[in-house]
Amino acid sequence: MLATAGLTGCGADPINAREGAREKIFLINNKAEPRFLDLQRCNSVTEHHIMLSLYQGLVSENRDSDKDVEPGMAEKWEANADKSVWTFHLQKNAKWSDGTPFTAHDFVWSYRRMLRKELGAQYAEMLYLLKNGLPLYEGKVKEEELGARALDDATLELTLVGPTPHFPLIACHTSWWPVPRHVIEKHGGIYDVMNPWTDEDKLVGNGPFKLKRYLFRQYLQVERNPHYWDAANVKLDGVRFYSIDDDAVEERLFRRGQLHATYSTPLSRIPDYLKNHPDIVSNYTNCASWYFRVNTTRPALSDVRVRRALAFALDRKSIIDNVLRARQQPAAGMVPPMAGYTQVKEFSFDLPQAKRLLAEAGFPEGKGFPKFNILISKNEASRQIAEAVQAMWRQNLGISVGVTQQDFSVYLTSQQKLDYDICWAGWNADYFDPATFIDMWMTDGGNNETGWSNKDFDQLLADAKQCADAQERLAILTKAEGILMRDSPVLPLYFGTRTRLIHPAVKHWPQRLLDNPVWYHLDLVYPPPASSMDAELNRN
Amino acid sequence: MLRFTLNRLAQSIVVILVVFSLTFFMIRLAPGDPFASPKAMPPDVRKVLVERYGLDKPLAVQYFTTMGSYLKGDLLPSMSYQGMWNSKIIKDAFPISLIIGLSALGVALGLGLPAGIIAAVRKNTWLDYGPMSLALIGICLPTFVMGPILIAIFGLKWRLFNVAGWFEKTDWVLPAVTMGLIYAAYIARMTRGGMLEVLNQDYIRTARAKGVPGWRVVLVHALRGGLLPVVAFLGPALAGITTGSFIIEKIFNLPGLGQHFVSSVFNRDYSLILATVVLYAVLLVAVNFLTDLLVAWINPKVRLS
Repeated sequence: MLATAGLTGCGADPINAREGAREKIFLINNKAEPRFLDLQRCNSVTEHHIMLSLYQGLVSENRDSDKDVEPGMAEKWEANADKSVWTFHLQKNAKWSDGTPFTAHDFVWSYRRMLRKELGAQYAEMLYLLKNGLPLYEGKVKEEELGARALDDATLELTLVGPTPHFPLIACHTSWWPVPRHVIEKHGGIYDVMNPWTDEDKLVGNGPFKLKRYLFRQYLQVERNPHYWDAANVKLDGVRFYSIDDDAVEERLFRRGQLHATYSTPLSRIPDYLKNHPDIVSNYTNCASWYFRVNTTRPALSDVRVRRALAFALDRKSIIDNVLRARQQPAAGMVPPMAGYTQVKEFSFDLPQAKRLLAEAGFPEGKGFPKFNILISKNEASRQIAEAVQAMWRQNLGISVGVTQQDFSVYLTSQQKLDYDICWAGWNADYFDPATFIDMWMTDGGNNETGWSNKDFDQLLADAKQCADAQERLAILTKAEGILMRDSPVLPLYFGTRTRLIHPAVKHWPQRLLDNPVWYHLDLVYPPPASSMDAELNRN
Repeated sequence: MLRFTLNRLAQSIVVILVVFSLTFFMIRLAPGDPFASPKAMPPDVRKVLVERYGLDKPLAVQYFTTMGSYLKGDLLPSMSYQGMWNSKIIKDAFPISLIIGLSALGVALGLGLPAGIIAAVRKNTWLDYGPMSLALIGICLPTFVMGPILIAIFGLKWRLFNVAGWFEKTDWVLPAVTMGLIYAAYIARMTRGGMLEVLNQDYIRTARAKGVPGWRVVLVHALRGGLLPVVAFLGPALAGITTGSFIIEKIFNLPGLGQHFVSSVFNRDYSLILATVVLYAVLLVAVNFLTDLLVAWINPKVRLS
């Protein structure tokens, strides 16, 4: 009895990459166990990647280009002159995965659900972009007044708080996707976290795949959804998501031929893969910015000259070449390269400048500088970076710095409470727009966490939100980033890359900035083509 | 005997109560919180979560409501994996740790006992030095070194087993061997020690003098006494072995219980920490309770003291 209880995982489903390619089941490591399967409660990249297979929004990220979208549940859409009212026309054969017809009312109901405090959705604020979104959340208006209306079953009209020329890119985010009213209401309370509607036998979605099996901490598997509006063009028959958080373990699984795609690659192995197996390794920029937060309320660190001195004393290229070694880009500003946006290039490795600024601030050669700590979470890469920076500041500026490691949850709490000096952090784009990297620094913003505040900066962000002209808006954002970099509550270090190991059977792996797999486009070829690792990958 | 049993039972309940209370309060003293996330949580959302799990109530109230639920057999929902019941998490994970643990125990006894017995009987020959040196290496080599070595040989090179996961009927082998080898080393050394002591006793010499065959002296007369240290060690160790090892489960990516002991603490998942710790305490106390009864049943002196 015990044996069967424990080994429920065995069965007909393939577990090696070769069989997987034949059966068209994609085996991918997704790094972490999802904390929620309720789409509207999801808040992490790993959950997002699962949701991309189970659900679909009005539009989807374009499979070939980062700055464009393609039809999703909406086959076409248009906006009024100032881009503040958007009308979406849904696919003619839109259905939920249980065959129930899908209508524009589903979107309206979903947005109303998301904007209720009782749900506790972390990304509810994304929907404040809808007219009366914030007031509804605060309970000040009735649901009917929300700027989301179904004109008929197939037409959805969204009225936004202001001109938003890049709205389709924002609408790619999960917060704008629909949830199945008929299923949620059937199984329990609409806002109840224990409502079992996300169980493996109950969950209904509208994406290219539907949930087949969910074995907690083993894997989550999805299978083809025959009711998906474009089912004929979906190539895979299923995807299996593993939740292995140790990169050494996932690398071993890959080399044993048990995975089509890893989530990452062990830091120490990246140079070898890049050199000897370039056909297996997929290394690409992923629209992530890595930086130090500075607690601007601490003595010495409250002086902008000190913060700038610290930023100028960082030899970014050396850290990339010697510690990270995965072709990251040195960051001179906060925002990674994005088409159409002019980046701010504030910081380079400039020692004389750093020394001069430190002396001006009253600490020549670092004399009398108070000792402070770099806060990091318990993670190997963070530790190596922090130690490299520690050495740089000591040698270059004569400043003595310690490193403090905390459990991830404690590390996050310390930042929120401003209980740190300098802290290592990273930010992934929520959607493809520079605002995702700039908005967070506004006064008292939940993710500011530096104590920094600048009225001009806040004003520019407000201006950008009201600007109907896309080009002009980006120019305003560049100005805002300029202020941020000049005041330096954040010391940029590098723009991230993803290094995944990809099996030769995989076709159309997107090397995209947002790093979101396009599940309805991905394919597997059988037999897998020859590769530099055949000796390992094609044996069973 | 009844009085002894009731006495021990009462003690067991007190121990569990103390563990429950200490865990409940100590984890609240630790910094960090169960709802921390890399993207800062708006205060409203936080408030909803805090209220949902009753964390806004006074600590004493929380303590007694939690205890009330536990008395009814309800282990409450997890705070990190929202929408998931702790009882389900444990029900899914425990059997896996149990299978691995019992298999490891089999490996440990299967290798450790014979090695220890032979080493004791053939004292100061290569049959003693060889296995005992290996045992010393086994004790010194941590599982996080042993595991990857076994994986490299049997998984990656010879391709006999999967390198990680819980999919096929053979997936228990490598983790159980990794875990079992360490215990085998301890057991071998303990068996050898116990046997050596017994083999020097007078009654063994008497048995030999009576002309009892050599194998019978060792396996029947000596072994019973020689195994006592091993039995004493295994009783309490059993609870630890069967509730899973964090390191083994991490190396082999097994969905067992061991990982929850550690990851629930990292996540500050107050309710899951409590559930796992209480489970462990109950098992440990139960094993000790049964051992005590067994000893008392065998040895009346214990009952009276």
